[in-house]
Amino acid sequence: MSTLAPPVEQPQPSAPPPGECVCFKNVEIAFDNPVLEGISFQLLRGETKILLGAAGTGKTLILKLVLGLIKPDAGQITVLGEEVTQMREQDLFELRRNIGMVFQESALFDSMTVEENVAYRLIEETGRITDEIHSRVLEALRFVELEHTVNLFPAELSGGMRRRVAIARAIITHPEILLYDSPTGGLDPVTSNTIIELVVKQRDVYQTSSLLVTHRLQDAFTMASHYFDRQQNKMVPATDGNVRDLHTKFLILRDGKIIFEGTAAELLRCTDPYIREYLS
Amino acid sequence: MPFFSLTDLAKENVQAVQDYSLLAGRSLTNIFQRPRYYADTLLQADSVGVGSLPIVILTGFFTGAVLALQTSSTLQQFGSLSLTGKLVSLSMVRELGPVLTGLMVAGRNATGMASELGSMKVSEQIDAMRAMGVDPTKKLVTPRVVASVVMMFFLSIISDLVGLAGGFVISYFLLGLDANQYWTTAYQALRFGDVFMGLCKPVMFGFIIASIGCYYGMSAKGGTQGVGRATKQSMVAASVLLIVSDFFMTRLLMGFFQY
Repeated sequence: MSTLAPPVEQPQPSAPPPGECVCFKNVEIAFDNPVLEGISFQLLRGETKILLGAAGTGKTLILKLVLGLIKPDAGQITVLGEEVTQMREQDLFELRRNIGMVFQESALFDSMTVEENVAYRLIEETGRITDEIHSRVLEALRFVELEHTVNLFPAELSGGMRRRVAIARAIITHPEILLYDSPTGGLDPVTSNTIIELVVKQRDVYQTSSLLVTHRLQDAFTMASHYFDRQQNKMVPATDGNVRDLHTKFLILRDGKIIFEGTAAELLRCTDPYIREYLS
Repeated sequence: MPFFSLTDLAKENVQAVQDYSLLAGRSLTNIFQRPRYYADTLLQADSVGVGSLPIVILTGFFTGAVLALQTSSTLQQFGSLSLTGKLVSLSMVRELGPVLTGLMVAGRNATGMASELGSMKVSEQIDAMRAMGVDPTKKLVTPRVVASVVMMFFLSIISDLVGLAGGFVISYFLLGLDANQYWTTAYQALRFGDVFMGLCKPVMFGFIIASIGCYYGMSAKGGTQGVGRATKQSMVAASVLLIVSDFFMTRLLMGFFQY
């Protein structure tokens, strides 16, 4: 029997280890029309990249390419040192265990309870819900403040709660990379803020590398301007006089190409007319 | 732009055959690889086997009964009414038992599998499974294929038996045949080749039903409409493939046993 992945609340290093965990080199993919053309970028360890762009520009596709769910037509994608473009599906399953993904519509298994959903990866390793798995599930659900939903089914939860369960499912094995596909899409501002706070908490407490797709500029700038304060146990603005590197960068896509990559400050200084219009 | 492209149609069909063959092949090779999902296989066996039992018993019984009823007038013309048991027995065991059971199970389970997996596909649950490092062909397809193959084998035997019982009810109560005569002719008519043929076919049919149902489910796209389309197509494809394969298997086995 294989050993379970480390629990959520394990001690974390204060600074992320150096190096890249995702690298795209000239990635191209087309369906009926070209969707991504010559995409190149890197995601460093401990870094968060926020993918912005109009609908249909291939943001979700980038997340699926990272997971190897879709293969590109050309280019190289390296994830955690492995070139996923050259890997067989069978070998990808092992790599994917180190990556957590929060799907746009949560993609929870509707015939399973919240506990079974969150514990899915761990049940795969042990075959059943053990006491250790149960406590790990509660720990992950406590992180998203949904401990009381453990025996409910996804259909009994609200949209925001489902997203939070999806986050708990993604983080339970403490993956090295987290992929968020529009985690706040279609939610009200209050719930969106709760979700973003969880994403920031994951970024600052566990320093997990992540790619986040969003259409909500407000969420993106909140992430870039706030940090999670462990003492206060909440997200606070990074305007306390101390210089803080929040390891958060923006990446904007347009017509299958990256037209901007940089920090929030660089984005605000950008003079590109399309980006100015996008930000307004 | 042409309204209809033969090339595209041919490409689509070749692609579909290739995808189906790969999925069907994987469902079999997975049996020899870890992890194995015994609990899921048992659940599917319960759903396919126990769940299909009432319809298989009903169709088997009435098929045997109607077979005895329809053939009795012809047999009576030749003064061979006593052969009713033999006719019902051979027809049920060699052909009607496996085929009708297959069609019933296809109607109930191939569509069920296509709609269940199709719903999972369009709601990204299958992608989520893959993203969590779980092979959906091992978790979802192989248990269904194994359960269908095993359960079809036993369901066909049950169908044969209740079909013979249906024939007996008609022969005894309506045609006035002797019970001993009916069962003796029914039993003595069967050779090893007949029983072998009747037990080989359901195994093949079980594989076709599950693999087709899973293929259409796993390749569903286009929301709820796509799930509906996949369900419909799975029923049509499974039924047609089942009858076509029945013809070829019958021909092959008849040649093998020198009928």
